[in-house]
Amino acid sequence: MSVLVLVEHDGKSIKDATLAAVTAAGKLGDVHALVAGSNVGAVGELAAKIAGVAKVLVADAAHLDHELAENIAPVAAKLMDAYDAFVAPATTFGKNIAPRVAALIDVMQVSDVIGIEDANTFVRPFYAGNAIATVKSNDAKKVITVRGTAFDKAAAEGGSAPVEQVDAGGAAGNSEFVSMDASESERPELTSAKVIVSGGRAFGSSDQFHALLDPLADKLGAAVGASRAAVDAGYAPNDYQVGQTGKIVAPEVYIAIGISGAIQHLAGMKDSKVIVAINKDEEAPIFQVADIGLVGDLFTIVPELTGKL
Amino acid sequence: MKLLVAVKRVIDFNVKPRVKMDGSGVDLANVKMSMNPFDEIAVEEAIRLKEKGVATEIVAVSIGPAKAQETLRTALAMGADRAILVQTDEEVEPLAVAKILAKVAQEEQPGMIILGKQAIDDDNNATGQMLAALLGWPQGTFASKVEAANDNVTVTREVDGGLETVKLKLPAVVTTDLRLNEPRYASLPNIMKAKSKPLATKSPADYGIDIARRLEIVRVTEPPKRQAGIKVGSVDELVDRLKGLGIAK
Repeated sequence: MSVLVLVEHDGKSIKDATLAAVTAAGKLGDVHALVAGSNVGAVGELAAKIAGVAKVLVADAAHLDHELAENIAPVAAKLMDAYDAFVAPATTFGKNIAPRVAALIDVMQVSDVIGIEDANTFVRPFYAGNAIATVKSNDAKKVITVRGTAFDKAAAEGGSAPVEQVDAGGAAGNSEFVSMDASESERPELTSAKVIVSGGRAFGSSDQFHALLDPLADKLGAAVGASRAAVDAGYAPNDYQVGQTGKIVAPEVYIAIGISGAIQHLAGMKDSKVIVAINKDEEAPIFQVADIGLVGDLFTIVPELTGKL
Repeated sequence: MKLLVAVKRVIDFNVKPRVKMDGSGVDLANVKMSMNPFDEIAVEEAIRLKEKGVATEIVAVSIGPAKAQETLRTALAMGADRAILVQTDEEVEPLAVAKILAKVAQEEQPGMIILGKQAIDDDNNATGQMLAALLGWPQGTFASKVEAANDNVTVTREVDGGLETVKLKLPAVVTTDLRLNEPRYASLPNIMKAKSKPLATKSPADYGIDIARRLEIVRVTEPPKRQAGIKVGSVDELVDRLKGLGIAK
């Protein structure tokens, strides 16, 4: 069985979620990696070094810049003539493109895969992670997106796969990239951080959110996350959101501060190894999943904690 | 321009889903059902586009059981003009939903189709992208801002690294994220008015679409439960615990 993995990159480096997708794909068969973009020769070389990748396909053309789904999906769909499965990371990048590929080759996608039982049978959470389904795909070819926290990352070094240029197709001509408002941060990425400190609506304002959480995160070398309520209230940007519809994280330690623990939030972090909760409401549902809880006012606890670390 | 909005009847987002004892699925008997929250945002966005004068008519579509009529009536009460129910008791997968919606789109010729980015029951996040692929239309997924003009729409998308803006030629498919808008509540007079708005009932066969499942559910289980741990009494104790975990010096 041969598997095509869609590589997520930023033109310079390969995102960690791709490495987990390579591991998942390796459970299905021989792994080839597709690098699509503009001036992505260097990314192709990086992909060739990933342990477990047998071949790298590079589709390089101006119209593949910014990874517009309208232009990339047909390239991948055409390549799928020669593959049995298509695997993409379950990130906003993969979620945007994979279903488009699936529909073009008339396959029902299996989304957010967290386990692979055999070539046809996959495990995935649904209902915000309140139920886990094992599903058997009756499609001849498979299209899956893979949750990065559920599979080990393949080693980024060690491989030496051949690199082949493939047909980059044409521009669909119905979409264009306008701009990217990137949230700059010196901190680790949420989905690959070992420690996350995450804040909720209880912070009361964007100023207090950052004034209290940023120093704590700096002390711990942690990424900063947020509940939906905190993002909706404008305390933190959208890409901080942890939960059913935000990012799914599974760090070594997740520190939830002023987060009550709605099921939609728990869906995004309950696979963390250790959960620490700080909340003034001792009945808050977050304490039902927390390994270590501290009941009290975050406005006194957080500065004290930061000071004592 | 005409707008098509797709809405799904799902378990209410406040209800905690329970796995059936026999492991065949999630128990939906006597459970409160509502419009998928992301689809509510889609309906709201369509209404706002109509209020701005960009759109002229809003057609709401649902694929589901007879009771999905209630979901469509909610969309009509919010402000949609008419509704189409493609009625089936089967659970229809995103690929088949996209195929039916593509047929509806060919009949209705909307300038834009707006739908939620995912349904909170199956959490697939796939229907909009699949629909765009089948129609050969561009897609603006996970939208937090939509600005439509005559022949194009500019969509700001919530992506992992921040906010990305793309410009799409119409017709296009837009899928909604949480922060696009806050859906309105339907007023009582509008709920009454919605009862007399047109609602057509069709079947998947009317559109010639095979809705047989491609994914067979082998079993459904509860996720592993986390046990509540210990409560500490002070910041000092917490610091000790964090040191014990090796994340603090």
